[in-house]
Amino acid sequence: MTSNESGQGQLFAGTDNQTETADMASKKAGKASPSGARKKRSENAESMARRQREISVSEFFTKNRHLLGFDSPRKALLTAVKEAVDNSLDACEEARILPDLKVTIQRIGDNERQFTMIVEDNGPGIVKTQVPHVFGRLLYGSKFHRLRQSRGQQGIGISAAGMYGQLTTGQPVKVKSKPGRRAVPLEFTIRIDTAKNRPEYSDKPIEWEGKQHGTEVSIPMEGEYRRGQRSIQEFLKLMAVSNPHVNLTFTEPDGTVTEYKRNTDELPKEVEEIKPHPHGVELGILLKMIQESENRTVSAFLQQDFSRVGPTVAKEVCEKAGVNPGSNPRRLDTKTVQRLKDAIEQTKIKAPPLTCIAPIGEELIIKGLKKEVEADFYQAASRKPVVYRGRPFAVEVGIAYGRPGDTLEMTESGKIVEKSVKKNDELLMGNADEPVRLIRFANRVPLVFQQSACAITKAVIGTNWKNYGLQQPRGALPIGPMVIFVHIASVWVPFTSESKEAIAAYDEIMDELKRALMECGRKLGTHVRKGKKLANEFKKRNYITMYIPHVVDALKDILELGEGEVRQATDNLTNVLERSRKL
Amino acid sequence: MAAKKSKKVTKKPAKAKARKPMSKLDQVTVGEINRCAEHVYKRIQKLDKPELKFPERSLKNARYDKKGGFQMGRGRIERTLTVNTVKTFAQTLKLMALSKEMVQEDDFATKREAYYVSKNWGEAKFTSQPESDTVMDDIEALFSLEGVAREQLRFRPEDHGGNVAGSLVVIDRDRETGAEERIDCTRFGSGSYTIPSSVEHFRFETKAKFILVIETGGMFARLHEHKWWRDVNCIIIGTSGVPTRSTRRFIRKLSDDKKLPVYCFNDCDPYGISNIYRTLKVGSGNAVHLNKFFCVPQARYLGVTPQDIVDFELQDATHPLKDVDVKRAKDALKNDPFFRAHKEWQKAIQQMLKMGVRAEQQALAKWGLNFVIDEYLPQKLKAPKKFLP
Repeated sequence: MTSNESGQGQLFAGTDNQTETADMASKKAGKASPSGARKKRSENAESMARRQREISVSEFFTKNRHLLGFDSPRKALLTAVKEAVDNSLDACEEARILPDLKVTIQRIGDNERQFTMIVEDNGPGIVKTQVPHVFGRLLYGSKFHRLRQSRGQQGIGISAAGMYGQLTTGQPVKVKSKPGRRAVPLEFTIRIDTAKNRPEYSDKPIEWEGKQHGTEVSIPMEGEYRRGQRSIQEFLKLMAVSNPHVNLTFTEPDGTVTEYKRNTDELPKEVEEIKPHPHGVELGILLKMIQESENRTVSAFLQQDFSRVGPTVAKEVCEKAGVNPGSNPRRLDTKTVQRLKDAIEQTKIKAPPLTCIAPIGEELIIKGLKKEVEADFYQAASRKPVVYRGRPFAVEVGIAYGRPGDTLEMTESGKIVEKSVKKNDELLMGNADEPVRLIRFANRVPLVFQQSACAITKAVIGTNWKNYGLQQPRGALPIGPMVIFVHIASVWVPFTSESKEAIAAYDEIMDELKRALMECGRKLGTHVRKGKKLANEFKKRNYITMYIPHVVDALKDILELGEGEVRQATDNLTNVLERSRKL
Repeated sequence: MAAKKSKKVTKKPAKAKARKPMSKLDQVTVGEINRCAEHVYKRIQKLDKPELKFPERSLKNARYDKKGGFQMGRGRIERTLTVNTVKTFAQTLKLMALSKEMVQEDDFATKREAYYVSKNWGEAKFTSQPESDTVMDDIEALFSLEGVAREQLRFRPEDHGGNVAGSLVVIDRDRETGAEERIDCTRFGSGSYTIPSSVEHFRFETKAKFILVIETGGMFARLHEHKWWRDVNCIIIGTSGVPTRSTRRFIRKLSDDKKLPVYCFNDCDPYGISNIYRTLKVGSGNAVHLNKFFCVPQARYLGVTPQDIVDFELQDATHPLKDVDVKRAKDALKNDPFFRAHKEWQKAIQQMLKMGVRAEQQALAKWGLNFVIDEYLPQKLKAPKKFLP
C-alpha cells in the first residue's frame, strides 16, 4: 500500500514515506543478489561511477516541468499566480496582517505570448539574505519541515515559476521587499543557476512610495491569457470565496480591473505546529522516524517524537508489542517495529491536537459564497478535524443552490410569483440542466485542474444526490443550478502530484467528505423539495388558468352567454379552482 | 390570446347563416347538449366544482345478454374539473359546442375532421387523433344514455366498411334526389361492394340462405374468385380484421330483415376469437354503450376451431402461441362476460391453450389451395348446429 500510493507523486517532496521506500528498496536489494548488474558485464563499477553524479533539482525541473503545473503556457501563467498568491497569503496570515493583494498581468511589449505576472502584498516582507533563496532556489522554504497547515507545502512553487520564466523568456525574476516600517525597500534581480540550484542576484535600494511593508514579485514568462473556466480570473474569484478576509485587486492585460472585497476582518485562526500522531503512521515512516530520532529508548522515542503519547500510553504500546521500553529503538529489527506499529494501532490514543488545523468555519464559508455566488439557498457543514496517517485534517462543505430569478415564492395572499432578483453574469453557477459546479479547495487554495482525479470529485459523485431532490446520471456529478464548495484543511494535504491539483483518495478522507456532503445534502433536500412543490403547484395553477377560458368559451357557444356572464363564470371558475388547491 | 381571436372568426359564419328548421330528432340532440352545458354552468354559478358523469366504457361495465350482446352496466365515471381533467373538460365542452353547431347547420364532421377543427382551439387543441376519438366516444356514451346516437351528434367514422359479394340487392337512396338505387352485389365482377358508413336507411332483397363473415381479405378473395357464394347460395362479407361499426350494423340489419343465419370464418387464434368474433357478436367494452345497435347476437362461429386443427390434421401447419396470445386467451377466460357465459367457448379456448398453437384460415391450403372450398366448408356446413355459439 505504501509504495503504491506514495509512488503516485511526491518525487521532489522527498516526504518521509518516499525516502523510506527507497530505504526499503535498497535493503531488499542488499539481501537479494544484484541480478541487474550481472547482465551488463561490459560496464564496470568504475566506468559507471564516472557517469554518476548528483542531479540538480533545477535541472530535473527543466525536464519535468509538467509535474509542477507548467505544462502549457496557459496553465503556467495560472500556476505562477497561484504560487505567488499562496506565498503572500501565508506570509500575511502568519504575521497576522489582513491581506491586501494586487495581482497584475501585463503583456511584454506587443508579444502575444509573453507576460509579466506581478503579485504585490502587504505582508511582513522578506529579509535581505533570504530573498534570493526563496525565489531563486527550488526546495527552499519554511513550510516543508513543519506539520502545520499552510497553503504552500514544499518550497518549490514560486522558484519553479521563476525558473519557468527564465527558461521561456530569458528574463530574471524581480522582487521588491520591505520587511518592516523602517526597513529600506530593496529590489532584487534574481537568476537561477539551474545546474547548481543556486541563485545569482543583485539588489539595489529603491523608493517604494506609501508602502509600509510587503513584497512584490514580478516574473516575466511565456503564457497565454484567457478568460472563462480554469482562468486566472476564475481562480482569483474562487480564492475570494475561500478567503473572505482578503482584499484583492486584479488587473488584466487589457486594463480591466476587478476588485474582490473582503467581507470579514476575521483572520484564519492561528495554527500551531504538531508532531505526528501515532495512529495511521505507516511502517516505513516509523522506521525512518526511528533512524532520525535522537531518543535512545523506545519509551522516550514514542513520547517525544509523537504527539499525544505519555508514559502510560508508551508503556501500554511496549507491552502489547512485547518490546522493552528501555531498549534502543535503532536496534529493533523490522519485524519488531511492525509489532510496535500493530500495538500502536490497537492502543487507544487521544486524537491529535487540532490546533494545527484552521478550518474556515460554516459562517465564513457561507459569507464567502454569498460574496461571489448569487444564489437562493446557502448551506455549510464544517466537520470536526480527524486523522489520516497521523495527520489531522478537516473537511468542510458549502452549497449555494438556485439561480435567483429562476425560483418561485409564495406571497402572503397565497399567490405564487416568480422571485424578482437582479440577474447578473454569473461565472460560477451553471444552468438547471447542467452538472453542478464543483469548487475544490485545499488549505484555502482553489484546485482548478484534474477535477476528475480528485478525491473530492469522487466523493461528490459517490454521494446519492437523488436523495436530496437532484437528478444524477450514473457515475457523474449531479445536475442542477448549484455550486458545491469543498475544502480540506490539513497539516499535509495528500496531493497526487507536486502541481497540487488533485487530492489522493484516502479512506479516512473519503469518509469525512461523504459525511460532510450528506450533512449539507440533507438540508439541501428539504429546500429543493419545497421549491419543487412550489414550482409544481405554480405549473398546475398556470395550467388551470390556461384552460378556464376554453371551458367558459365552450359554454358561451352552447348557451349563448353574454359578456358579463362569461366574465363572471371565468372569475367563479378561477376562484373555485384556486380555492381547492392546497399546499 | 391568439387562440381567442381566431375562434371568433370561425364562429361568425355560423351565426350569420340562416337556420333551417330542425327535425324533431335534432331538437332532442340540441336539447341534450344544452342541458349538459346548463348543468356545468349552474355549478359554476354556485361556486361549485363542475362535474360530468360518463358511462364507463369497458368490459367491466358490460353485462352479457344472450339476446342482445353486451349491455351497458351502471358504471359511471365522474369527471370533476381539476388540474388533471381541466384540459379534457374544456375539450369535451368544445366538442359538444361543435356538435350543436353542426346540428344547427345540418352538417357533419368525420372524426379526423373534428380533430382538425380542434387545431383552432389554441392550448385546448388535441395533439393526436386518439385523444379526440376518446373524448368523442365519451360524449357519445354520455348521450346514448338519452338515446341520442353518434350519427345525431354529427360525428362520423371514416373507416370504410367490409366487402360484400353474393346474391344480394342493396336498396340505397340517392342523397341528393332521394331516388331509389338498386345495387346488385353479384355484379361487381372481380371486385366487391363496399359497405358505406351509414346503412340505417338500407333495404335488402335476397334469396341467399346464410351470411358468411370472413376475417381475412385473402380468404374472401378466394371464395369470391371461385364464385363459391353462387354454388352454395350465400352472401360473403369480408371484414379484414375487426368489423367496423357500419359493417356490424349492416350484417345485423341484413340478418334481421331477411332472417338469415350468420356464420363466422376466422383464424383460430385468441385475436380472431376474442376480438374479431366476440366484437361482431356481442360488441366491445370500449363501445359498450352502443352494442344494442351494433352487435350481431345471431352470429355463430364456423371455424377455424381448435378442434378443426385436430379433425383436419393441421397440426403441422400451425404456429406456437405467442405470449400476447396466451395472455389474451387467459384474459378472455377470466374477464370476458361473453366467454364466461359459454362453456363451449371455454372448452375451445382451453383446448387451444393446451395445444399451445394457433392456425390461420390459410393453413387449410396445406391440403391444396381449394381444399377449403372442396372439403372444409362443405363438411362444416353440413352441421351448423355444431358451430360454436
